[in-house]
Amino acid sequence: MAQSNQKIMAYRRENGRVGVRNHVVILPVDDISNAACEAVGNNIKGTMALPHSYGRLQFGEDLELHFRTIIGTGANPNVAAVVVIGIEPGWTQKIADGIAETGKPVAAYSIEQNGDLNTICAASRKAKEFVHWATELQREECDLSELWVSTKCGESDTTTGLSSCPTVGNMYDKLLPTGLYGCFGETSEITGAEHLCKARAANPEAGEKFMKLFQAYQDDVIEPFKTSDLSDSQPTKGNIEGGLTTIEEKALGNLEKIGRTSTYIDALEPAEAPAKGPGLYYMDTSSAAAECVTLMAAAGYVVHTFPTGQGNVVGNPIVPVIKITGNPRTVRTMSEHVDVDVTGVLRRDMTIDQAGDALIEMIRRTANGRNTAAEALGHREFVMTKLYRSA
Amino acid sequence: MSIPQLLVHDRKDNVGVVVVEGLTAGTEMLCVVTEDNSDFKLTAKADVPIGHKVAVADLSEGDTIIKYGEDIGRMVASVEKGGHVHVHNLKTKRW
Repeated sequence: MAQSNQKIMAYRRENGRVGVRNHVVILPVDDISNAACEAVGNNIKGTMALPHSYGRLQFGEDLELHFRTIIGTGANPNVAAVVVIGIEPGWTQKIADGIAETGKPVAAYSIEQNGDLNTICAASRKAKEFVHWATELQREECDLSELWVSTKCGESDTTTGLSSCPTVGNMYDKLLPTGLYGCFGETSEITGAEHLCKARAANPEAGEKFMKLFQAYQDDVIEPFKTSDLSDSQPTKGNIEGGLTTIEEKALGNLEKIGRTSTYIDALEPAEAPAKGPGLYYMDTSSAAAECVTLMAAAGYVVHTFPTGQGNVVGNPIVPVIKITGNPRTVRTMSEHVDVDVTGVLRRDMTIDQAGDALIEMIRRTANGRNTAAEALGHREFVMTKLYRSA
Repeated sequence: MSIPQLLVHDRKDNVGVVVVEGLTAGTEMLCVVTEDNSDFKLTAKADVPIGHKVAVADLSEGDTIIKYGEDIGRMVASVEKGGHVHVHNLKTKRW
């Protein structure tokens, strides 16, 4: 099947990137600006506030990650325009300036010496302008291959490794050669398959970089904080209910998402934008769904593919999250969360090749505007990754 | 082809995955190896929930379990061919 000439109708942003949604976002710099952002979001229909829990007294690498995540979220091509609100003007302007590098409209407001009410009033007027402007933007013809498509699985079970993860892998094997950007991560869930992951690097530098990030996670997080064998967290209770027994088994299923032939060209820090051109990237992320999807969205990915076994219901406020499952019990009991049903793979009446094509078709439809199950159900999990305690 | 009850990833694997709901002990399962689409028959020795693993060979304490053709842990109790393999008898070699 010729994947390279498939067209989508999407938003061409000022910096040339292709977005598939057209959000006007009200973005808090910090936790204490959530209330003002939510008030603006409530005042002006067609905007969306993105409350979160952090942004105060962070420092060092943790602060850098916070800035990267907030700026990256605003900069994402699925976002048309951004109103940034923070408690004080310094960090607020830094974030607004970072987002403005994309060329999209951004306005910054700070609360100190204004109070919530005056801030909300001024920010609401600007948000209303942005909504009028954004809602007149038109979708235009773009190539499917211009998309940035990330992946992460959740509430995995043994069916994900047999069906939904290889479905994503098949999609990547077909679309990456056409110029797509891909991204996988979940450092903890590569444990047991790190040798296979290293071997899938496109060059020795990327493989070494991956191993360094993997080892740092083992040394800095697992060793100091583990109480026993992580057996209640990795695999999760849901994983175990679904038949996964060990972290190695989970990791091997996880890696099915990068297909048979795809190789990654670089290993990224959390929320780091890929900078080596089209292709697949590994990103150092938590395996917690909302944290991982938030980081990939902040890196600039515009569609997320999410295999699930037991039925993880996660979504993201700015990126459509496409759910794929091969578990017939999950389809039977919670079908409202499923976008792509690949249960036929387990019945052996659907091949992985056909499942991959079904996913590509759903990516195309989603890019054209079809709301995913998670979008329709209002799943907007926006979760910052925190590296250590604030000062 | 009929609908299989058990799928095995790789010919080297000594466990397979139940892919139907309500599998009961005594069922003669159609088992398919996804790697090459070959099949074989195996009788389930326990009621095994969907997604859970079944031994496709007799397994003893200490045996390495192979799935996807790779090491996924070791047995901490024995189980007969057709029996249920999960957290009660299989553990990671790490941590």
